[in-house]
Amino acid sequence: MVEFNLPADSKVGTGKTHKAPDGATRIKTFKVYRFDPDSGNNPRLDSFEIDLDKCGPMVLDALIKIKNELDSTLTFRRSCREGVCGSCAFNIDGTNTLACTKAISEIKGDVKIYPLPHMPVIKDLVPDLTVPYAQYTSIKPWLSTDSAAPDNERLQSPQERARLDGLWECILCFCCQTSCPSYWWNGDRYLGPAVLLQSYRWIADSRDEATGERLDDLDDPFKLYRCHTIMNCTSTCPKGLNPGKAIAEIKKAQVKRL
Amino acid sequence: MEMRTPLAHARGLGPAKSGCTSHWWAQRLTSMALLPLMLWFVVSVLSLVGADHGDYVLWVSDPGNTLLLVLTVVTIFYHSEQGLHVVVEDYVHSEVGKITALIAVKAFAYLGGIASLLAIFRVAFGS
Repeated sequence: MVEFNLPADSKVGTGKTHKAPDGATRIKTFKVYRFDPDSGNNPRLDSFEIDLDKCGPMVLDALIKIKNELDSTLTFRRSCREGVCGSCAFNIDGTNTLACTKAISEIKGDVKIYPLPHMPVIKDLVPDLTVPYAQYTSIKPWLSTDSAAPDNERLQSPQERARLDGLWECILCFCCQTSCPSYWWNGDRYLGPAVLLQSYRWIADSRDEATGERLDDLDDPFKLYRCHTIMNCTSTCPKGLNPGKAIAEIKKAQVKRL
Repeated sequence: MEMRTPLAHARGLGPAKSGCTSHWWAQRLTSMALLPLMLWFVVSVLSLVGADHGDYVLWVSDPGNTLLLVLTVVTIFYHSEQGLHVVVEDYVHSEVGKITALIAVKAFAYLGGIASLLAIFRVAFGS
């Protein structure tokens, strides 16, 4: 059955508080989820008081400052710091988003930072994304053709290319995937919004010749039809994409085949 | 302990490929059909407020009303069976629990639907 409470060993306790240095005037408190699998202890919420006059503007700047200056054991993924790599996806201030593109000034009160929801936690803010990555592999995210390869590029018209806008920009941060209640309850079988948007990216590609097989592979009550248009995916996407619409387009294509 | 690769796990038993799209589409169609049917039903019941048993019998036995009542009942039970089916799939994860719940949902839909139809026919055509 669905779990409405955290298991006993996942209940979050109160952790350490790191006070702001003397003389700091613009202080913001960051409450960060901490979990160390080696300690055998429950997760905890550490508080870090940060002097905003000595910190960059984004939430990721604060996390890097904490790791550099306050607690080097804080573990999180980050790379590009400009919203194109998808590494620093966390649940920030109650919403899944990228720490590098989320301004601290947008957040009222304390800044609460948790890992992406309902995924196994490896350490601190690092979730285990093995399952969504495998689900992404399962939709064969590459061009599939039977026609002989042309001598030059595979052509498509500007109009056909335009159909991929809003799909190719996905950076696989899995903010949408882990915001979806259907994915929380049935993540082992439901492909989830990120993977379905990627699947539609290839269904919508005029150069692809495997549309039928792709739709066949999604014709399943769990892989596709667990989507109940809750739309958390679309409202949380840090790139402003619309996975809910992509899923609706897949369903429309399925109905056209009836 | 599961030692399959993550990809084997993600692929699972493969897509069902049967009836999923028609199930989804029928749910949409029946919900659209229920909009006018429920509107008609509510308006009719409101217009019958204060009526006695004889008025109700007359109303049910009007051929147009009999037809619309039958349509409403069939659509309601068909649509609610489909909806509850999806709810069970969403929330009940043990195989035994799921099959039991799905049988119960089907039984409820057939029993309720057929009982309602029999009631309508009895009133409409007398017994």
